[in-house]
Amino acid sequence: MSTTTVESSAPAGERRPATAPGKVRGRGERSRGASLASHAVLIAASLTALFPVAWLLFLSLGPDKDDYLHPGRIWGKLSLENYAYVLQDTGFFDWLTSTLIVVLGTTLIGVVVAASTGYAVSRMRFPGYRKLMWVLLVTQMFPIAVLIVPMYQILSDLQLIDSYLGLILVNCTTIVPYCAWLMKGYFDTIPFEIDEAGRVDGLTPFGTFARLILPLAKPGLAVAAFYSFLTAFGEVAFASTFMLSDDKYTFAVGLQTFVSEHDAQRNLMAATAVLIAIPAALFFYLVQKNLVTGLTAGGTKG
Amino acid sequence: MTVAIDRATGKRRGEREPRPGPAQRLKNGFHKHWYAYAMIAPVAVVLGVLVVYPLVYGLYLTLTDATSLNTARTIGVNHIDATYKFIGLDNYADILWGPTAYDRFWSHFLWTVFWTAACVALHYGIGLGLALLLNQKLRGRTLYRMILVLPWAVPTFVTVFGWRFMLADGGVINTALEGLGLPAPLWLEDTFWQRFAAIMVNTWCGVPFMMVSLLGGLQSIDASLYEASEMDGANAWQRFRYVTLPGLRSVSTTVVLLGVIWTFNQFAIIFLLFGNTAPDAQILVTWAYQLGFGQQPRDYAQSAAYGILLLSILIVFTSFYRRWLNRNEQQLAI
Repeated sequence: MSTTTVESSAPAGERRPATAPGKVRGRGERSRGASLASHAVLIAASLTALFPVAWLLFLSLGPDKDDYLHPGRIWGKLSLENYAYVLQDTGFFDWLTSTLIVVLGTTLIGVVVAASTGYAVSRMRFPGYRKLMWVLLVTQMFPIAVLIVPMYQILSDLQLIDSYLGLILVNCTTIVPYCAWLMKGYFDTIPFEIDEAGRVDGLTPFGTFARLILPLAKPGLAVAAFYSFLTAFGEVAFASTFMLSDDKYTFAVGLQTFVSEHDAQRNLMAATAVLIAIPAALFFYLVQKNLVTGLTAGGTKG
Repeated sequence: MTVAIDRATGKRRGEREPRPGPAQRLKNGFHKHWYAYAMIAPVAVVLGVLVVYPLVYGLYLTLTDATSLNTARTIGVNHIDATYKFIGLDNYADILWGPTAYDRFWSHFLWTVFWTAACVALHYGIGLGLALLLNQKLRGRTLYRMILVLPWAVPTFVTVFGWRFMLADGGVINTALEGLGLPAPLWLEDTFWQRFAAIMVNTWCGVPFMMVSLLGGLQSIDASLYEASEMDGANAWQRFRYVTLPGLRSVSTTVVLLGVIWTFNQFAIIFLLFGNTAPDAQILVTWAYQLGFGQQPRDYAQSAAYGILLLSILIVFTSFYRRWLNRNEQQLAI
């Protein structure tokens, strides 16, 4: 922003009381009051965003399961006991393994299956194109309640309840169409001339896709992969319903086991929550720039 | 160029040759587009097997009286065959008009509508406010943004438990309220406060996505528009009203639609916050889940019927939304 000082012909709207008499504020500068107000609001919002997570972290350091009721006492007995217990005597590592199998399986299938479709709907117009786009869109709106009952029946018949494959397949119902959308958006940003050049040089449509466009679309594939990863990681409903044996629980199910109707081991739950949250949040921060551009791709085009 | 034919030769004017028959057309189309179909085949197969087939099967289940007592199941080594029977549209009639339909369906429907509207309005309002604040030149802008995105960065199923500790009877929120001399509501037991808590937690979780999307939209607005409007004497409110809001239109329509769909389908927050304890705070999605999996015997048919009703509601809403956008000549940024 340039800071040319406003001449005496300044519009009336610009003439708020300046900070110092005789000093005229330049364009794009704010009064001190406005700055302070902005900071105050942002600090309040930041504290609100931070508090529940910080609170979990704090409670996880208190060794008794009722410490959450009188947090003041935690200061006197901070310890890492809960963490030691969670890592040694609970199914934490089983859950970690299950989560990774399910999440990576879902991501892999989602990206591999959806890539060529994303390309096809980005570049080609064929009979049935609109119908396919509509199906891809509607599938993402499916409430879990639509598919969970029939899926449960089908998977029971196939003996796939309580198996990783079953959960991966169910997760794919939402991941695959979403990945296809995301990738279509990304392929749309790659100039069509590249395809034409490839075709002129004698490549088939498949060759063009595999040799020219896919290498260029790596960032788009990465966004789809991140999104699949995060979605599958946070999936609660299907995992809670289809996973029955506690060594196959994903984190989303395992965390619930600390609270039963009779007893709540809140201290252990808090410790587990922190152990899950830290890597998940770090991963999110690493990829978040890409995520946002992917989610609203095309939305920011003027 | 076509030549007009005057004599009745059976051909209409301007036509060169008869249109090929449907089989021939299919063949031609296939020859022309076979590679496109080959490329969409993987997704078509996956969606056919994982979405269309279960959907049809679910539709069939809604026309039966399937529960966990009469579906095929294996107990130990004994396999019991299914004994449920076809009952037509009775499930739908029962849900919509049957006895106690209000308590079972309509009350949840109204609460779901209110929940969706309230949450999306809060998400959008707070998200826009924060995005506007972050769009200024401020010291520590990046840090603020990092912190404000935290509720999105940490998986929902983790943070909901943090909220549960805070909202519990004797938890930190009530302790703080009592310290201020205010009444301490039973957040997780009283219906009104349960609903209040659910909206609060969902708002906390959903604002960052809106904020980040709208911030992206704000940054894409051409700065020269602001300069021009300022030169023309527009004050801050007018700049916001006539430059910022129109500039955000396409992002807004998209994030609001996404927000409505996600909020309407929000399962994890209510499910984890209350478990099976709060029948009146359940939105339709979690209520349908309870019918199908949270009770004994499990009522599969009713649960599936709820699912189909939910999907119909969403599809109707989306088509109206799109029509309304088209009437106002706006485009969804999807």
